[in-house]
Amino acid sequence: MTTPMTPGIQSGRLSADALSRNFEDLHAPLDAHEARVAADRCYFCHDAPCMTACPTSIDIPLFIRQIQTGTPEAAAKTILSQNILGGMCARVCPTETLCEEACVREEAEGKPVIIGQLQRYATDTLMAKGVHPFTRAAPTGKSIAVVGAGPAGLSCAHRLAMKGHDVTLYDGRAKAGGLNEYGIASYKSTNDFAAREVAWLLEIGGITVETGKMLGRDLTLDGLKADHDAVFLAVGLGGVNALRIEGEDHATAAVDFIEDLRQSTDLTTLPVGRNVVVIGGGMTAVDAAVQSKLLGADTVTIAYRRSRAEMAASPFEQDLAAAKGVRLMFNVMPTAIADGAITLEYTATKDGKLSGSGETVTLPADQVFKAIGQTLTTDAGLKLEGGKIAVDATGRTSLAGVWAGGDCATGGEDLTVTAVAEGRDAAEDIHAAVMGA
Amino acid sequence: MADLTTNFLGITSPNPFWLASAPPTDKEYNVRRAYEAGWGGVVWKTLGSEGPPVVNVSGPRYGAIWGADRRLLGLNNIELITDRPLQTNLEEITRVKKDYPDRALIVSLMVPCDEESWKAILPMVEETGADGIELNFGCPHGMAERGMGAAVGQVPEYIQMVTEWCKKYYSKPVIVKLTPNITDIRNPARAAKAGGADAVSLINTINSITSVDLDLMAPQPTIGGKGTHGGYCGPAVKPIAMNMVAEIARDPQTAGLPISGIGGVTTWRDAAEFMALGAGNVQVCTAAMTYGFKVVQEMISGLSEWMDDKGYTSTADFIGMATPNVTDWQYLDLNYVTKAKIDPDACIKCGRCYIACEDTSHQAILMKEGRVFEVDDSECVACNLCVDVCPVEDCITMVELPKGELDERTGRKRGDYANWTTHPNNPSAQAAE
Ligand SMILES: Cc1cc2nc3c(=O)[nH]c(=O)nc-3n(C[C@H](O)[C@H](O)[C@H](O)COP(=O)(O)OP(=O)(O)OC[C@H]3O[C@@H](n4cnc5c(N)ncnc54)[C@H](O)[C@@H]3O)c2cc1C
Ligand SMILES: Cc1cc2nc3c(=O)[nH]c(=O)nc-3n(C[C@H](O)[C@H](O)[C@H](O)COP(=O)(O)O)c2cc1C
Ligand code: SF4
Ligand code: SF4
Ligand code: SF4
Repeated sequence: MTTPMTPGIQSGRLSADALSRNFEDLHAPLDAHEARVAADRCYFCHDAPCMTACPTSIDIPLFIRQIQTGTPEAAAKTILSQNILGGMCARVCPTETLCEEACVREEAEGKPVIIGQLQRYATDTLMAKGVHPFTRAAPTGKSIAVVGAGPAGLSCAHRLAMKGHDVTLYDGRAKAGGLNEYGIASYKSTNDFAAREVAWLLEIGGITVETGKMLGRDLTLDGLKADHDAVFLAVGLGGVNALRIEGEDHATAAVDFIEDLRQSTDLTTLPVGRNVVVIGGGMTAVDAAVQSKLLGADTVTIAYRRSRAEMAASPFEQDLAAAKGVRLMFNVMPTAIADGAITLEYTATKDGKLSGSGETVTLPADQVFKAIGQTLTTDAGLKLEGGKIAVDATGRTSLAGVWAGGDCATGGEDLTVTAVAEGRDAAEDIHAAVMGA
Repeated sequence: MADLTTNFLGITSPNPFWLASAPPTDKEYNVRRAYEAGWGGVVWKTLGSEGPPVVNVSGPRYGAIWGADRRLLGLNNIELITDRPLQTNLEEITRVKKDYPDRALIVSLMVPCDEESWKAILPMVEETGADGIELNFGCPHGMAERGMGAAVGQVPEYIQMVTEWCKKYYSKPVIVKLTPNITDIRNPARAAKAGGADAVSLINTINSITSVDLDLMAPQPTIGGKGTHGGYCGPAVKPIAMNMVAEIARDPQTAGLPISGIGGVTTWRDAAEFMALGAGNVQVCTAAMTYGFKVVQEMISGLSEWMDDKGYTSTADFIGMATPNVTDWQYLDLNYVTKAKIDPDACIKCGRCYIACEDTSHQAILMKEGRVFEVDDSECVACNLCVDVCPVEDCITMVELPKGELDERTGRKRGDYANWTTHPNNPSAQAAE
């Protein structure tokens, strides 16, 4: 029988039962009593800092008050009118660095109002009722192409559809949802939530989804411009950075592993190493590491080349990894990967420059994941800036009639919620532009 | 989203939420902000006669009662009517009404109890274009010492007399604002009606001392070592206000007299409750003073959500719907039986229900091995104290005993409706026909 100790990359290290327990919701949904008690802590602050910290500026004091007064459906409308993917964001937002970090009760007692979980309570309540709370404005006769059906594209398409435009939403993959469907950690989006949310979002009407349509392969920007009144690009970051070290081909992309995991219908068939090493320091690294552990890997190590303080993954994510039994190594960088082992060199920062100290350590590693950042694969010939499509505050690119947002474009952190905000704001600007306002 | 447009005395406002006459409506700056925030109407801070305005204290004006987590439950104040010149207020009212024709604007008034004073001010108010007036017969402190406010509101004859003057010298609706500092609210309401009032509004604040500074040995708020009773308002007064609204709504002598409900309205639900009891709209002061004008957004969304749920298309659909169900104790069904039931899955085993029943009620809750709490139906009188002290909502429910079933406590089967008027223990019982 396969166990966590079985050498190599093997499936079935844990029983189906253990796996389903491991991949349960990270935070169990609040019940009505828990929601009421949590909501009661909110002070209904003026010009609330939590709201300012939310990239989509959800009116947090208002929606929490609406929960307090027994109207979670009204709360959901408050949320969704600013952030149509409020359900997903409630699950995946690093609230500890966004709204909850800013909550005045974090300052007062070191315990913020649990905004994310309350947001989930409200949106889940509305969605469970099968209600889509928005309707379309009168048809404008305008047609807009949205390329990429991740959070940025979905948010843009929904807002445009609401304004009365006809939207064609293209995506190169088989399913819409972007990283909500293929990237987010399993335990943040359980029970096929990403797909259910997309289906619910599309109930607005006026959005035609065309999957399997890749810009650069099946579509050209010129063609899209000719067929539509405006184009919004939300293609995300499709590539991954290389380690550029000896034995690179022993390493695989963490995002590919996560994608397999997210698309797996039977986790007992998903192989994972006995000793797993993840290179990187962001959310992707943590997700790959934690999920490897949850799949039954015996040891999992995150190797990050800088210090804990510089790690992109928040302290909450770091603690989550540690609690699941992941070892966090800091100030180490990979120098070579061989079959079954990885060599790391300790680093030091001198005059702001990171360099190897010469001292190395070798760890057993049947499986090495690289999670050192994603790269743009579809630039469509537009002007770039720092490896991303250059856009202004409303998402306009260097080419008239073409907007871009989300991870593929400059501005904001690479987060689901930021992508939603950028998609929404670009939609508003596109609307103004095509209506000749 | 349900249409909240409400017609009160022919004055339409986009929703039934008005700001009560108080600091939130003290001046143009506030009132404009209130309208922008979504309030359907405003009753301007009470104006007094022309001449040198009243003077407020320059020390603290408020005392407060808090619940857990410092939630403001009750507020007490010793503020007087407007301390700004009459002309300034009138000019501002005129301007604001012109800019917000779709919102209600009522002018609150309090002048000395003589015809001349009312005759002098009413034409000036008429000229502002405001939609109506509200007579402040309620202020319980300060102004009452000068023979105004509650000093008028406590004497039905004065109420009628002043209301008559107002109807004589003013053409638009006259609302009489009642003080709760009386023994039977029906008398002032009847007097208002007799005087020709178009509506009553209630309640104004309740005489109160909120706290005593035990170092200074003086009531709070303390002004130079002394304090005075103030007017109490906020969530704590809502039950008192609702009873008074219901009393007027079901009094045959005042039935049908429009009522503006005031006192502790903080959420959409409070408003719906006042309106169900017969209020045509509500006025709010403390909630706005606690949370800012934006709090009305929750009232609007909540009320319309609830109306949609219930299928009400207009506030008129449910106004007064609960009034017929407010009755006298003697008409309650003495054969109606319920029993407390504890949901063991929801119970967190705190023991509060047990000790409340054991020490102070009817010894009807059993504490069993493993902190399992169960109701003993043969002792439960259905008082529902356990429900009220249980920290988990809906954990204890009162389950109705069906007709014909045995009540283990009395050993009798539940019978048909029968009230005290025909009960054998009632010495003056009338024989049932
Ligand atoms: C493993 C992982 C975990 C993450 N966890 C979190 C988290 O917990 N919380 C959080 O806030 N953020 C998280 N993020 C970041 C977040 O997922 C992204 O910021 C967000 O999805 C960006 O949205 P987007 O719409 O710009 O791009 P994407 O979600 O990447 O969507 C882009 C879409 O475009 C399609 N596409 C790409 N190229 C083309 C083309 N040429 N033609 C047509 N279609 C194309 C893709 O198929 C995809 O559907 C995580 C990211 C990763 C990789
Ligand atoms: C500081 C303060 C000043 C008030 N001034 C007036 C006033 O000038 N005229 C008046 O009719 N009522 C006045 N009131 C009473 C309110 O209009 C209202 O009737 C009362 O506060 C109850 O409503 P609430 O519980 O929503 O606060 C005042 C209340 C407060 C708190
Ligand atoms: S900062 Fe915290 S307490 Fe204040 S409104 Fe936001 S969630 Fe509520
Ligand atoms: S609320 Fe404003 S006016 Fe009142 S005491 Fe505080 S600072 Fe002064
Ligand atoms: S008060 Fe409620 S929660 Fe506490 S023991 Fe009784 S039933 Fe259980």
